[in-house]
Amino acid sequence: METQNTALAPDAATPRASWHRFANPGRFLRLTEGAMPWLWGAALLVLGAGAVWGLWLSPPDWQQGETVRIMYVHVPMAWLAMGGYLGLGVVSIVALVWKHPLADLTARELSPVGAAVTALCLATGSIWGKPMWGTWWVWDARLTSVLVLFFLWLGHAALVRAFDDPERGARAGAILALVGLVNLPIVKFSVDWWNTLHQPASVTRLDAPGMHVDILLPLLVCAAGFALLFAALVLSRVRAAVMERRIRALELARARRAEAAA
Amino acid sequence: MAPAPSAARATIRAVIALFLRELRLALRHPADTLAAVLFFVLVAALFPFGVGPSPELLARLAPGALVASALLAALLPLDRLFGADAEDGSLDQLLLSGLSPAAIALAKAAGHWTTTGLPLLAAAPIAAALLNLPGPAWGAAVGALALATAILSLLGTAGAALTLGARRGGVLLPLLVLPLAIPALIFGAAAIEAAAGGLSPRPFLLLLAALFAVSAVLSPLAAGAALKAE
Repeated sequence: METQNTALAPDAATPRASWHRFANPGRFLRLTEGAMPWLWGAALLVLGAGAVWGLWLSPPDWQQGETVRIMYVHVPMAWLAMGGYLGLGVVSIVALVWKHPLADLTARELSPVGAAVTALCLATGSIWGKPMWGTWWVWDARLTSVLVLFFLWLGHAALVRAFDDPERGARAGAILALVGLVNLPIVKFSVDWWNTLHQPASVTRLDAPGMHVDILLPLLVCAAGFALLFAALVLSRVRAAVMERRIRALELARARRAEAAA
Repeated sequence: MAPAPSAARATIRAVIALFLRELRLALRHPADTLAAVLFFVLVAALFPFGVGPSPELLARLAPGALVASALLAALLPLDRLFGADAEDGSLDQLLLSGLSPAAIALAKAAGHWTTTGLPLLAAAPIAAALLNLPGPAWGAAVGALALATAILSLLGTAGAALTLGARRGGVLLPLLVLPLAIPALIFGAAAIEAAAGGLSPRPFLLLLAALFAVSAVLSPLAAGAALKAE
């Protein structure tokens, strides 16, 4: 895998080649090593600020009361679940077209985190739905399509790990991720296409957002914090996977040497 | 680059030959088809045990139960769709034949539908009677089941190609295919329900047909890409 990479690698004069430089696992490890503590620090700092602002300083909603604070977890999780899947789609295209080993690894390490985020989105939505709608679950279009998204994340995570040959698993997972992209517009527009219980989009609208600044700002800070945390988790997992692969290669080489010596 | 007409004709002839091969194989081992049909009728017969034999309740439940049991039954033979060919090497021969992998997948999907979907349709009246489906809805039920099983055959072919060679592939396949088949279930059940309520099932059948058209294009491409990796 790594030898193949050095073969493609850097002819820094052309922009394409400079982009390919980041596919080198060694360079990736060196580049991210310094950035990781900063990324973790930024994630915890922003998330802490968002939590204090959202959970204590921001006012309760005039209609929903204190339960509106669930939104500061629920909405960022929903955005990350969808944005993360979009990222999985992009990474899968890169993996299929350019056969970047790092793209394969990123897709592999992205899906468990994405599944966890989607599960949290569903769980917080359910906890929020009980006091607001009077039920834990309704078969509403938005809820159902997010549930399908959760199954797609799980299916990807399971499929990638189901092969003895990791490259075959990566390829199958990439194709599945692209097939699953069909669901993403359905999740996004389900609240507009079907008039259901889940409220329509209130932040990402073309006109002004449909909520007060006192609630919107802490929400955006929480979203940024969770996004940073998501990025930190995925990057740490990818780094660990690169190192794991390296250790396996070293162990194989040592075993082969021992065999040759014997 | 468009292939020459003679090349296109050769491709079509090869796809038809592959499809006929699937039929011949299914005819020589009818047990798989029979098992799927029996499974369908058995699952349909389980619902009355679960919800009680009240005719009104069953009629209310019938549309969804019918489509769901048909989809589950059509899943059964899928994990052997490419498995047998991969084991005896004929899949490698097919991939070497110059026929595009997507065309192979399309022929396989058509073969799966003809050997599983069609027999399920033939058994649909039995299941419909067991579930006390109202008489006017039977026509819509056949149409909806035909389209829903065809969509499942296409999606399932992609799933079977993706899980080919995987550990626990048989368990993984439903996990991948069923979430994608949910729209087919929703619109199929809605069409039957509309017909049972005296409404026209046409809009739902048209939506199902649209789903079929989309998956008929995309699924063979995905399956072909997965087969190429083998």
